[in-house]
Amino acid sequence: MFSHLHASVLYGLGGILSVLVVASTVVIILKRRHPEKSYVELSQRINSWWIMVGVFSAAILLSRTASIVFFAFVSFLALKEYFSLIPTRRADRRVLFWAYLAIPFQYYWVHLEWYGMFIIFIPVYLFLLLPMRMVIIGETKEFLRAAGMLHWGLMTMVFSLSHAAFFLALSEEKNPAGGGAGLVLFLIFLTQFNDVAQFIWGKLTGRHKIIPLVSPNKTWEGFLGGLATTTALAALLAPHLTPLTVPESLLAGLLIGCSGFIGDVTISALKRDIGVKDSGSLLPGHGGILDRIDSLTFTAPLLFHFIYYLHY
Amino acid sequence: MLQQLFFLLIVRPIALIVLGLNIRHREHIPAKGPAIVVSNHNSHLDTLVLMTLLPWSLLKSARPVAAQDYFFQNTLLKWFALTIMHIIPLERHITDRSHDPLAGCSDALKQGDILILFPEGSRGEPEQLGTFKTGIAHLAKRHPDIPITPIFLHGLGKALPKGEGLLVPFFCDVFVGEPLLWTGDKAGFMTVLETAIKALAEEGHLPAWE
Repeated sequence: MFSHLHASVLYGLGGILSVLVVASTVVIILKRRHPEKSYVELSQRINSWWIMVGVFSAAILLSRTASIVFFAFVSFLALKEYFSLIPTRRADRRVLFWAYLAIPFQYYWVHLEWYGMFIIFIPVYLFLLLPMRMVIIGETKEFLRAAGMLHWGLMTMVFSLSHAAFFLALSEEKNPAGGGAGLVLFLIFLTQFNDVAQFIWGKLTGRHKIIPLVSPNKTWEGFLGGLATTTALAALLAPHLTPLTVPESLLAGLLIGCSGFIGDVTISALKRDIGVKDSGSLLPGHGGILDRIDSLTFTAPLLFHFIYYLHY
Repeated sequence: MLQQLFFLLIVRPIALIVLGLNIRHREHIPAKGPAIVVSNHNSHLDTLVLMTLLPWSLLKSARPVAAQDYFFQNTLLKWFALTIMHIIPLERHITDRSHDPLAGCSDALKQGDILILFPEGSRGEPEQLGTFKTGIAHLAKRHPDIPITPIFLHGLGKALPKGEGLLVPFFCDVFVGEPLLWTGDKAGFMTVLETAIKALAEEGHLPAWE
């Protein structure tokens, strides 16, 4: 069973599971000790984590193809949420359909391990194709705004995220510690861990606002505390899941901590511009899917290219 | 049986995966019949989504009230409307004054069914609220103790507007209001209903669609 996975990946998934068990236990104890307080949001948040971890683990355990389909589906949900939030032109309905069609193609390139096509399909071909499709329809009012918003969405929700899946297409021999799934686990776990760590550090010690105009709850203490924790954990996990050396793994941790934060506040800026607090209600306690994968839209391509440059 | 298969294999996957529903105030959705569900109308998907909202056991008692002239235009559509969707056909242009156009609706309510009604009459301009027709007020007056749940739907008019055959995925926002009852006079009731649906529309973030 699970012969496509390295033992370290199985231990990693087991580790995540035990973190969730601990979190759920803590919430149950808190509820018992303080029956007067409401832990609804915290419970919802952890229940949503159970579902997300469950689906993710199932996909990883099932097969490489299932994992690629999982990321394609996350891209679909994210792009759909984005298209549902932004102002769109009635004339562009069919153009949006083409944009959705990019998802199966992009992840098919991943499946084929066709790096050349994977890396240019959206930034070159769709970047040129979709405006052409819009021109054929012929609506010029707000053309630039619509084309720009469309491409930003595709780059963020499909191109960026698909880098997480491309780890699975990299040569297994070059990462004897964890294989492709090891790299995926390293990326996803550290990105999500960094979000939680920055949140907790901020709650416990936060004083100085870091970017009040975009995200008033984010503090320097939260950012730096999370960054340090994530970097330490990256150094701890890297030997078991990645081909990174110790100095490289420290850099990888810093990269995930910083870019995760930037991804988070970038989506915050988008939501602030549109005028919504949450991007949706798909994940109770978290908001929408964009609220959960905001950091990943930055960490996935950056960590991928960092490791790809160094080792592949 | 055919209806349940159609909803299980086609409608639910489309409504929950291809589209995705953001439901606000789910607790107001009727849990038993008889009841009337009233919503704005932008797309053929509206009826399907409203029927999906109901508990699975109530699917068979859901009765969309639909235009007879449209759904009886050919045999296949008529078969689909009656066998799968269980519609109550409504004559939009009444010629025979002695005939009660709402008899079918009243009978269904007496059986404990859940009526799905679109007071705008037709799907109209996508994502714009048209004027309400007063048939619902006549029905409410006849059945003053049956709860009328107002619902505002957003997004389906973008996903599949009138005259389009290609479904483009968009999240659908569903705002369910508190059930209303007959107020005693027609004009007053229509105002209450329209206000309720407009208030639901204002709860959400509705991005521009022009």
